[in-house]
Amino acid sequence: MNDTLNVALVGNPNCGKSTLFNVLTGLNQKTGNFPGVTVEKRSGTFRIGGIQGKVSRNINLIDLPGTYSLFPKSPDEYETYRALSNESDKPDLVLLVADASGLSRSLILCTQVIDMGFPVVLCVNMIDLLEESGQTLNLERLKEELGVPVCALNARKGKGLQALKGILLDEHAEKPSAWAAPDWLVEKFNSTPPFTECLNNANALDKSNTTDWVRFQSDDTTKRLNRIDALLQMARSKSEPLKAMVQTQKIDALLTHPLWGFIIFLGVLLLMFQAIFSWSELPMDLIDQGFASASAWLGAQLPSGSFTSLLTQGVLPGLGGIIMFVPQIALLFGFIAILEDSGYMARVSFINDRVLRRFGINGKSIIPLISGVACAVPAILSARTIRNTRERLITIFITPLMSCSARIPVYTLLIAVAIPDTESGIFNTRGLVLMGLYLLGLLAALFSALLMKYWVKTRERSIFIMEMPVYRMPQGRVVLRSMFDKVKVFVLEAGKIIVAISVVLWALSSYGPSGEFERIEVKYQQKIATGDINIEQADGLEAAEKLRASYAGMIGRAIEPVIAPLGFDWKIGIALVTSFAAREVFVGTMATIYGVGSDDEQSSTLKERMQNDKIHASENKLFSFGTSLALMVFYAFALQCMSTIAVVKRETGSWKWPTYQFIWFGFLAWMGAFLVHMFFN
Amino acid sequence: MRFDDEEIGLRLIEMGCIPGTEIVVLRKAPLGDPLAFSCRGSIISIRSREAQQVMVEECNE
Repeated sequence: MNDTLNVALVGNPNCGKSTLFNVLTGLNQKTGNFPGVTVEKRSGTFRIGGIQGKVSRNINLIDLPGTYSLFPKSPDEYETYRALSNESDKPDLVLLVADASGLSRSLILCTQVIDMGFPVVLCVNMIDLLEESGQTLNLERLKEELGVPVCALNARKGKGLQALKGILLDEHAEKPSAWAAPDWLVEKFNSTPPFTECLNNANALDKSNTTDWVRFQSDDTTKRLNRIDALLQMARSKSEPLKAMVQTQKIDALLTHPLWGFIIFLGVLLLMFQAIFSWSELPMDLIDQGFASASAWLGAQLPSGSFTSLLTQGVLPGLGGIIMFVPQIALLFGFIAILEDSGYMARVSFINDRVLRRFGINGKSIIPLISGVACAVPAILSARTIRNTRERLITIFITPLMSCSARIPVYTLLIAVAIPDTESGIFNTRGLVLMGLYLLGLLAALFSALLMKYWVKTRERSIFIMEMPVYRMPQGRVVLRSMFDKVKVFVLEAGKIIVAISVVLWALSSYGPSGEFERIEVKYQQKIATGDINIEQADGLEAAEKLRASYAGMIGRAIEPVIAPLGFDWKIGIALVTSFAAREVFVGTMATIYGVGSDDEQSSTLKERMQNDKIHASENKLFSFGTSLALMVFYAFALQCMSTIAVVKRETGSWKWPTYQFIWFGFLAWMGAFLVHMFFN
Repeated sequence: MRFDDEEIGLRLIEMGCIPGTEIVVLRKAPLGDPLAFSCRGSIISIRSREAQQVMVEECNE
């Protein structure tokens, strides 16, 4: 037999399948997509040394999406079926992960896989739930009745893994014998195994007789369950409610309480954001400074030239802009992992479904919406758990309107420039503005959802049937793992694009039409020679004028007519263009435009320079209260994020949705800014 | 317990709630909908509109 065994992990949602996958493969994992679709595929390898005198072996493990049956109802469930039915690339063995607390249901899927003719190893996971309630499960009996190897696991604690590994080293028979193919299948289909032919017919893409198959599946499942019940009666001690379930009921009475349920939910959110913003401040500053000094150091070490300038002004700041958000993203996903691993997230969906349904989304959309406050990219990925196509689409569409962490530097700078630090009532004005911007994002998201609800038609029904798992103590290992995975996706996916764009932007703002830059250089050399200005002043002014003359500056001036009604000039225009890659680029662009770095004694900080800037040929401040507020509103709405566009394209499978999003958000941004500007001027 | 709607019924059957199974309605969400019930040792939440398609018979213990 071949040295490497291809094993597929199959199981119900919430059965601990992914936990088992993680403990078995450790860090040897690859994440990719199933060909042609956007369902995430995880695979990993590990080696089992020769235990109990058996020959050692490599295992190639594929984690298939969780499903309740082999009659798929959603795109990811279809992938599980497809991976098992693909004749040319079938797994050698199926590791079926069953949930000890819902064993009969897990066994429906298990017997279906057995009936497909696969060698199956049944892992009864979360066996601790039975043990702590003093219940027993006769594994030997189960093994005899089903005809497949059975082992008990507690994947979260890593218990039972040795036994499982030992089983994986055994030779596995092609077809288990004890569980005879059900007679209702044998009667109807004559090929062997009959269930494969049945599924091929049932899951054929052009379904003409759906109703027949619905009836067939309910019959098949009902008969299986009756057989399973009889079998479990022999293998299991009397099934009284589990301790964990009794506990869960008590916790639920509080967490889904009409009043306390919402208070606790809001409290958890508040605590989460408070922690995310305050804990990440220090590491973010350190990363920011680290990149700044790395740029400065490299600039000093390398000979000056285009390449150095590309590296120190394009690539490094671009990279720093992403890495800086890693602490926030890691913390946010840490919290989300805690909420999910503990079982609370299902309750959050449960209590919010009623509200969100009105907006054409469902309770599960709350997870992407909350995550969107850190970063829309991983948030959009988390919308995969939504089964209904339309609800998933609307969720993906509106998530980028939630104020993400990249907007914080923009808001912070503009608030410091234009909003007075005064108290109104018990609140600080600056704090109120910031809170208002977050609220504005949420309202825009809900409003867009409402429009989409009437616009996007679907024949698919909105069904919300969801299992609520028992509460478990969240495991540090699971939480850290999720943080690592999410940060990796963010850095790799977003990083590639941001670095590429920052290189392009650097080129656009460093070069201009031929002769222009030389002319400016000559002009300032003459000014210095005549003593009009000193060298330091000249550097700043020269850089600003070069920027105006550069290709980026030309673009800024070209779009000026469009943004003039909002009170924005070409300088803000450049910032809007450069911010297209990522919003936080705004601050860097402003710094370049206002020539910070040169030592001007009168106004040394970027903030002061922006405050003192006047609208061309007038005495009015450019960054007035109204204009700054308009600009913030613009940033709250506009889709200025390449990574979001890329991930929406990937998740929806076409350019259609990111295009609509770009246009609609652009419209919201322009109209919002226009109204704010009108109101204050 | 039996079903009036096949699609909803099928989803529940897949989760182990076949006609004849005993279920216990546990609670409603704070806004009155969806609701949660337990079946074969797990908790399942379902919207009341969907729950209307499920016919149940009261059973005395």
